[in-house]
Amino acid sequence: MVDAVQDQDDFVPPAEVAEMELYHPKSWLTKYVFSQDAKVIAIQYSFTAIAIGLVALVLSWMMRLQLGFPETFSFIEAEDYYQFITMHGMIMVIYLLTALFLGGFGNYLIPLMVGARDMVFPYVNMLSYWIYLAAVLVLLASFFVPGGPTGAGWTLYPPQAILPGTPGSEGGIVLMLVSLALFIVGFTMGGLNYVVTVLQARTRGMTLMRLPLTIWGIFMATVLALLAFPALFVGAVMMTFDSLLGTSFFMPAISQFGEQLKYGGGSPILFQHLFWFFGHPEVYIVALPAFGIVSDLISVHARRHIFGYRLMVWAIVIIGALSFIVWAHHMYVSGMNPYFGFFFATTTLIIAIPTAIKVYNWVLTLWRGNIQLTVPMLFAIGFIVTFVNGGITGLFLGNVVVDVPLSDTMFVVAHFHMVMGVAPIMVVFGAIYHWFPKMTGRLMNVPMGQFHFWVTFVGAYAIFLPLHYLGFLGVPRRYYAMLDTGFIPESAQDLNAFVTVVVLIVGAAQMLFLYNIAVSMIKGKKSGPNPWRATSLEWQTPQTPPGHGNFGPTLPVVYRWAYAYGLPDATEDYVPQNLAPDQLMSDYDNSGLSHSAAQAAE
Amino acid sequence: MYVAVMIVLVAVGTVVFHFMSPWWWTPIASNWGYIDDTIIITFWITGVVFVAVLLFMAYCVLRFRYKEGRRSEYEPENKKLEWWLTIITGLGVAGMLIPGLFVWNQFVTVPPGAAEIEVVGTQWQWSFRYPGKDGVIGTSNVRLISGDNPFGLNPDDPNGRDDVLVEGGDLHLPLGGPVKILLRSIDVLHNFTVPQFRAKMDMVPGMITYFWLTPTRTGTFDILCFELCGTGHYTMRASVVVEEKNAFDAWLGEQETFAQTMARAGSDPGRKASLVLNETGNVAAKDRQAQ
Ligand code: HEM
Ligand SMILES: [Cu+2]
Ligand SMILES: [Cu+2]
Repeated sequence: MVDAVQDQDDFVPPAEVAEMELYHPKSWLTKYVFSQDAKVIAIQYSFTAIAIGLVALVLSWMMRLQLGFPETFSFIEAEDYYQFITMHGMIMVIYLLTALFLGGFGNYLIPLMVGARDMVFPYVNMLSYWIYLAAVLVLLASFFVPGGPTGAGWTLYPPQAILPGTPGSEGGIVLMLVSLALFIVGFTMGGLNYVVTVLQARTRGMTLMRLPLTIWGIFMATVLALLAFPALFVGAVMMTFDSLLGTSFFMPAISQFGEQLKYGGGSPILFQHLFWFFGHPEVYIVALPAFGIVSDLISVHARRHIFGYRLMVWAIVIIGALSFIVWAHHMYVSGMNPYFGFFFATTTLIIAIPTAIKVYNWVLTLWRGNIQLTVPMLFAIGFIVTFVNGGITGLFLGNVVVDVPLSDTMFVVAHFHMVMGVAPIMVVFGAIYHWFPKMTGRLMNVPMGQFHFWVTFVGAYAIFLPLHYLGFLGVPRRYYAMLDTGFIPESAQDLNAFVTVVVLIVGAAQMLFLYNIAVSMIKGKKSGPNPWRATSLEWQTPQTPPGHGNFGPTLPVVYRWAYAYGLPDATEDYVPQNLAPDQLMSDYDNSGLSHSAAQAAE
Repeated sequence: MYVAVMIVLVAVGTVVFHFMSPWWWTPIASNWGYIDDTIIITFWITGVVFVAVLLFMAYCVLRFRYKEGRRSEYEPENKKLEWWLTIITGLGVAGMLIPGLFVWNQFVTVPPGAAEIEVVGTQWQWSFRYPGKDGVIGTSNVRLISGDNPFGLNPDDPNGRDDVLVEGGDLHLPLGGPVKILLRSIDVLHNFTVPQFRAKMDMVPGMITYFWLTPTRTGTFDILCFELCGTGHYTMRASVVVEEKNAFDAWLGEQETFAQTMARAGSDPGRKASLVLNETGNVAAKDRQAQ
C-alpha cells in the first residue's frame, strides 16, 4: 500500500529526521590518507584493487606462456604454474572484482546516488579500507615466504591445500587463509555501511523504487556478501587450525607418501560445502553490481528509461535469494550424495529465468531508444554479448548430467572467464569511462577508449570462445602440461599458441587504458558537471568533483525515478531526479558545455 | 553502422566456429551417449537464444542510432511482452532440465548385477582392485596401509584374500557389461576420468565414491586425474583397456591376489598391523613406519 502511494509521480514525503553531523578533516593526513570521506576511500580502494589486479594479470600471462609454448619457458615449473593459477584466481575474484565493485564503486556511488552526504559510519568505513590493504599486503607477503604462495587452486580444497606435495603448504596457505579472514573483516565493516546507508540515509523522496539500479545491484550484492562471507571465514579458521594445531575438521585418516598422518575423522567435502556456500553467491557479488551499473550505462547512453524497472529490481532480489540454494552445482562430481543433483540442477536452471529477463530488458531498453555509441555504451554492448555467451554455457554446467563430462575441463575455465571475468570487467571499464568525468572533472580520450574497447572485446572473445571446445575434447583445467595424451590432436597446441598471442595483445591494450587514465586526469577535456546529460543525483552536484558533503548547503529532494529519459512533456530528453515538477518546461540543461562534450564523445 | 556489423559478425562467427571447429568430443566408448544427446539439445536451445539476442541487438543499434532532436519512446513497462518472454524462457529451461534429470536418474541408478571394480588414487599413481572369485571386494582401512599392504586391505576379511591387485599398471574392463567403479583415495582428492567414457567422479579420502558405465567399444584409452592433487597432478596417468570377455578373463588370471602378495612377502604384515591398531589406535601407524 505504502509503495503504491509513493510511486505516484512527484510524491515527496516530509523530512522525518534531522541531517546527521558530518566529520570534517582537520589536517592533510585526515583529508587524503586517513580520510573518512567515502569518495576518498573509494579511490583508495580502487587504486589498491587495480594494482593487485595487475599482479593477477601478469600471472595470467605467465600461465598462458606455459600453456601456449610448453617447453619454451624453463623458468616456469609445475610448482610455479600451480601457484600462479591459485593467486591469479583468488586475486581476480576477491581482491580485484569484489573490492572494486563494492569498496570502489560502492563507496563512491552510494552516498552520491541516494543523496547522502557520506556513509553512515565514516570511521568504520575508513577502517574497512585499511584492513583491506592489510589483507592485500599479507597476500603479497606469501610470495616471499619459504615455499612461496599456496598452489592449491583458488578453491583451496583440503586435504591437499595443507599437505606436502602441494606448493605453499609450508606457509603460503596459512598466509592465504589469514589474508582472506582479514579481507572478510574489512569487508564486513564496509558492507554494513553500504547496507545501512542505502536503507537509512536516502534523501527525501528517494523511495526504494526510485533508486538507480546501480544502487540496487550494489546493495543486494552487499547483502549477499554479508551472509556468504561468514561461511568462508569459518572455513578459513577451521583450515588454519587443521594446518597449525593439528585438528581434523577437514582431514580424514590419510596415508601420504608411505607415511601415516596423524589426522583422522574429518570431512574434505564439508569444506567444499562451506566454500561454495560462499563461492556461489560470490559469483553474484561480482555480477549484481555489474548488472546494476550496466543497466544505468545502457539507459543513459541509449537516452531511454530502463525497460521494466520493477521487474529488474525483482530479478535482482530473486537472483540474490536463489543464489543461496544452488551452491552444490559446483560439486556434482565431488562425491556428495548424487541425489542432491536433482535439487541443485533444478534450482540452478530456475535462476536462468530471472537472469534471462534481465538480458531481455537490457536489449529492450536499446529498442526504440536513441542510442549514442559512446565508449561506455560500447562496453555495455560488449558486456551483453559476453554475458549472454557465458550465461548460456552456465546452463550446460548447471544441468547436472551435462556437467559430468565437462566438469574440471577447459570448458569450465572458458565459462567462468566469460561470465564472471570478461563480462564484469567490461562493466568496470564502461563504468570508469562513464564516471571518470565526475571523479576528475575531465573526459577520457575517446579514440583511445574506442581502440581499447575493440581490442579488449574482440580479443577476450577470441581467447575464451575456442577454449570451450578444448573442454569438449576433454582437455582438463589446471594442467601444467598435457604431455602425451592420445585423444588430443596436435592442432590443440596450435590453438593454445594462438590464444597466448591474443592474450599478450589484449594485455598490451590495458596498458594503453592506464595511460589514457593518467593523461586524461591531467590534460583531458573539461567535462562540466553532467557531460552525459544524465538524471541521477551524482550528476547534479554543485561541484565537480563533488566536494566534502557532496551536495552543498541543502540536500537534493527527489521527485521521480532515475530513468526519466524521453519524457514527452519536458524541454530536454532527460529530467534530473531532483528537478521540481514545475521546472519541466524550463531551460534546465544547466551546462551548455557538457552538452557539446557529450557530442564530442560520440 | 560498424558496431552493428561487428555484433552480427560475432553471432555468425560463433555459429560458424561451432560447426567448423576441429575440436569436438572424442568418439564415445560407453553407454553414456544420452549425455551427448542432452548436450546437443542444450546447444540448440541456447544457440537459438544467443543468436536471436545478438541479432536483435544489432538491429536496435542500427535502427535506433542517435539522432539529434529525436526522443526515445517512453513506455516503462509492457506486462504482456514481459510475461511472454518469461514463459518462453521457462519452456526453454524445462526443455533442457527434463531430459537432463531423466538421464541423471539413470546415472545414479546402478543396474543390479553390475560388476564391481575398485580404483585407488594416490599421489600420483593409479591402482586397481578386482573382487576375485567370490565377486566381493574385501574391506579396507587407510590405517592398515604399509609397504607390504599398499591397498590397506583387511587381512581378517576373507572376502579380501582373493581380491586381485594391480598396482601402477593398466585397468582392464570387459566389453559390454555394466561396471560399478568404486573410487577410493588414500591421501588427497583425485578424480577418475576417461574422456571417452564421459563419466567422472572425485575420489575423496575417508569415503568411497562411485559411478557406473557399460564399455561399448574395445580399445585403449587414457585415464587422467581431473581434480587438482598437488604438483604431480598433470602426470597422474594410466590407461584403460577395454577388451572382449575372453581376453579380459585371461588377463585377470595372470594377476596376483592379495593372498599371494602376502605369501610372497613372507609374512602377514597386514594382520600384525591390524592387531596393533585394535589396541592402540593411531600409534600403530608410527610403529610400522619405524620398522
Ligand atoms: C585476459 C585475462 C585473463 C587471462 C588470460 C586468464 C587466464 C587464466 C588461465 C590460463 C587460468 C588457468 C587455467 C588452468 O590451467 O586451469 C586461469 C584461471 C582462473 N582465472 Fe583467469 N584469466 C584472465 C582473467 C581473469 C579474470 C578477470 C578473472 C575474474 C573472475 C579470472 C579468474 C580466474 C579463476 C577463478 C581461475 C581459476 C584458478 C584455479 O583454477 O584455481 N581470470 N585464468
Ligand atoms: Cu556457482
Ligand atoms: Cu590430480
